[in-house]
Amino acid sequence: MEANTLDRIQFAFTITYHYLFPQLTMGLAPLIVIFKSLAIWKKDERWNETARFWGKIFGITFLFGVVTGIPMEFQFGTNWAAFSKYAGGVIGQTLAMEGMFAFFLESSFIGLFLFGEKRLGQKLHWLSALLLCVGTWLSGWFIIATNAWMQHPVGYETMADGSVQLTSFWSLVLNQWAVYQYMHNMGGALVTGTFAVAALGAFYVLSKKQVEYGKLFLKVGVTAGCFASIWMLFPSGDLQGRMIAKHQPVTLAAMEGLFDTTEGAPLVLIGQPDMEKKRLDNAVHIPNMLSFITYQRWDAKVKGLNEFPEDQHPTNVPLLYYSFHIMVGLGTIFIGIMVIAAIWLWRGWLFNANWLLWIIMLAFPFPFIANTVGWMVAELGRQPWLVYGLFRTEHGHSPMVSGGNVLFTLLGFAGMYTILSLLYIFLMLRRIEHGADELGMIK
Amino acid sequence: METVWFAIIAFMLVCYVVLDGFDIGAGIVQHFVGRSDKEREVVIRAIGPVWDGNEVWLLATGGTLYFAFPALYSAAFSGFYLPLIMVLWLLIMRAAGIELRHQLDNPMWTKFWDFVFSLSSILLAIFFGAALGNVVRGVPLDSTGYFFEPLFTDWGTTGATGILDWFTVLSGVVAFVALAIHGANYLAHKTEGEMNARARKIVSVAWFALVLVTLASLAAVLNVRPTILDNYYFLPIGWLIPVGVIASLAAIKYFNIKGDDKKAFLASSVYLAMMLGGAVYGLYPNVLPALDPQYSLTVQNAKAGAYGLSVGVIWWSIGIVIAIGYFTFLFRTFKGKVVVGEDH
Ligand code: HDD
Ligand code: HEM
Ligand code: HEM
Repeated sequence: MEANTLDRIQFAFTITYHYLFPQLTMGLAPLIVIFKSLAIWKKDERWNETARFWGKIFGITFLFGVVTGIPMEFQFGTNWAAFSKYAGGVIGQTLAMEGMFAFFLESSFIGLFLFGEKRLGQKLHWLSALLLCVGTWLSGWFIIATNAWMQHPVGYETMADGSVQLTSFWSLVLNQWAVYQYMHNMGGALVTGTFAVAALGAFYVLSKKQVEYGKLFLKVGVTAGCFASIWMLFPSGDLQGRMIAKHQPVTLAAMEGLFDTTEGAPLVLIGQPDMEKKRLDNAVHIPNMLSFITYQRWDAKVKGLNEFPEDQHPTNVPLLYYSFHIMVGLGTIFIGIMVIAAIWLWRGWLFNANWLLWIIMLAFPFPFIANTVGWMVAELGRQPWLVYGLFRTEHGHSPMVSGGNVLFTLLGFAGMYTILSLLYIFLMLRRIEHGADELGMIK
Repeated sequence: METVWFAIIAFMLVCYVVLDGFDIGAGIVQHFVGRSDKEREVVIRAIGPVWDGNEVWLLATGGTLYFAFPALYSAAFSGFYLPLIMVLWLLIMRAAGIELRHQLDNPMWTKFWDFVFSLSSILLAIFFGAALGNVVRGVPLDSTGYFFEPLFTDWGTTGATGILDWFTVLSGVVAFVALAIHGANYLAHKTEGEMNARARKIVSVAWFALVLVTLASLAAVLNVRPTILDNYYFLPIGWLIPVGVIASLAAIKYFNIKGDDKKAFLASSVYLAMMLGGAVYGLYPNVLPALDPQYSLTVQNAKAGAYGLSVGVIWWSIGIVIAIGYFTFLFRTFKGKVVVGEDH
């Protein structure tokens, strides 16, 4: 295989794997702050215990986020040297700022939060939880700003040597694309976090171990999860869609599987894109809906793929199309589950509704899937560009690193990450089991 | 402006080596200082709350390098492809060794992770030393501004070079010995009783090796890159650096004999800073010398745009003050000796 293809596979694999962990830590961090605040406000030791328990889960997940994140930082140089030389004058800013402002903060306060409760006292311990949360969310901001610039380059100029250099710091850091992407992405992290807390609560209630704590988990998880799930569709998902429609119309067409330009375009629910015949098989759709949600007019014209030259099309249209539909489909289901659960909680039926608890318990893997396919939408949709409209992916890899060397490291990462996965699952299961025995007794 | 960024990156690199250096060093000597499971746990607890923060200096340095000298970042990271990816694997293993050990109370589990931790620390020290050796020796950059080096070729320092040759291996050994002493000094400072005595003993014995390899590497540098002295003749204040190396070496021994572990630790910190500073002082304005000097990357031809660099100075200054604040608070909170068998 060519070096470029292998570089792409390695990057996609390592980043997808990395993002499994930060989405959980970024989702849990604000919940831990809530637990800690409730403990101090209500003077109820059970909330402190809850914070400690989830703090341990946070700690392990954080570690995995750290070790899989370090390779990401390096790979811009090792595998994407030509791209880095081209764009380093711009995105180097945000990546360097992430190190200075987010990683130092996170890494200092994780130690204080996990090991310092006795030495710090309750108020400072609460503060360290808060700063840890700020750190993880800042980290998300800088990385999203980096990615947003690749999706929608702003505040740069092209130099004589072909590279791009920054001309406006604030338009890079406050890129409008980044604002919407951040709102949506952080919502996605919260969905993962709240579903995890609610699922474990459901498990403790159903297994009749730690029922008391299970109920606490469910209360917070379901309440926050309900807001987060709705937030994903509206306003944040909607805003994302409009940005795409405005700046990447060809991506929108591919996401929606729209081949021909149509007035009053329908929203497709089911259907398989056939790239040879350029049409959707057995499509089930809602008439005029796509026109309405993108342009707020029932008969607005939406451009189809055929409108654009072939070399501008995303390289893998079917995968992009499926990723988008899986994300939106799951998002709709999440709203369904959490709204029902919230009503049941409010009416006081939830803790006895075993059928619903089973659903909540089994739902926790799906936010991970939704977040992953969401990123596939963003990244596949950006193709064939590495920097949208400016720099093609095929020109970005390191010119001197051969395919054979990349394959070697790709296999190495695959092996390493397989072992990491086994360890993570093992440690999580142990924590959950320990929680069942020890909650209420952790010092 | 580019000179400012050269200095900033050199400063951050020194911080990284001094800080992460002591926890890598602790890994190197873990099995010598800690004879029993409980004692080795003390070693881990002595670095537990701080190692991640220390390692972030590496990431922050990398990010800053990317930002200030994109062409250097691209050339160096892709040219050192294999060793860098291996460094990543070692960093993963080391982090797992430190953090997973205490997850399970089983002697086989803890023994295994201690082994992983020590092995990866040893290899990392050697890799980092060899990497610095490569930069000092020069790399086969050509007119494209890129290069690629296999792990090794014929072990010579000219022609088709590899990552490893006699010179870079020697640099690796220097790093190994220096970090072992640095780590032992830290552990001596953080422990009591027998562990403290063993750590001191390591320093006192390894010190002779350090003097030997330091001299050998000095001679080797002059042989491989004679031009390194140019800057020293040009701006003689630089001679203070080798004086500092000798003084800190003497200070390590002196405070070790006196039993003042904290000062000995400071002395080994100065030693590391001076060794690194000496190389950096000699290299400027090169950031990555080529074997064929006309292709060398310098602060001039590797730098990012002027606007970006000046904005960067503003946020970097703010960022570094805050970061130093965190570290002071962190180290204050966890100061004092770590005792066998106690929990956090
Ligand atoms: C729990 C996760 C989750 C859920 C339920 C949804 N999303 Fe999403 N989506 C993400 C998680 C995500 C993400 C991982 O956060 C992405 C990837 C890049 C980004 O900014 O956010 C994303 C990207 C993304 C994009 C592409 C952005 C781009 O190309 O840059 C669009 C148009 C939407 N989303 C729209 C929606 C809509 C209309 C949803 C309806 C419910 C929805 N998302 C649910
Ligand atoms: C926010 C920071 C991110 C940046 C800067 C980034 C950048 C990149 C780069 C440089 C590539 C390789 C070139 C290419 O094929 O386009 C890539 C590909 C890819 N990334 Fe991202 N990425 C980011 C986040 C993510 C996340 C979080 C995920 C998934 C969870 C992801 C999924 C992918 C996938 C699936 C590809 C492969 C696309 C393809 O090969 O066609 N990315 N991204
Ligand atoms: C190409 C893209 C990415 C790079 C280069 C990258 C880099 C890194 C690095 C180096 C770390 C370790 C920090 C430490 O030692 O403390 C890390 C952790 C982290 N990353 Fe990423 N990352 C990428 C994608 C993402 C994305 C898309 C997000 C979320 C929006 C994210 C959020 C985080 C967070 C919150 C952490 C802290 C560790 C944790 O909470 O698990 N990263 N990342």
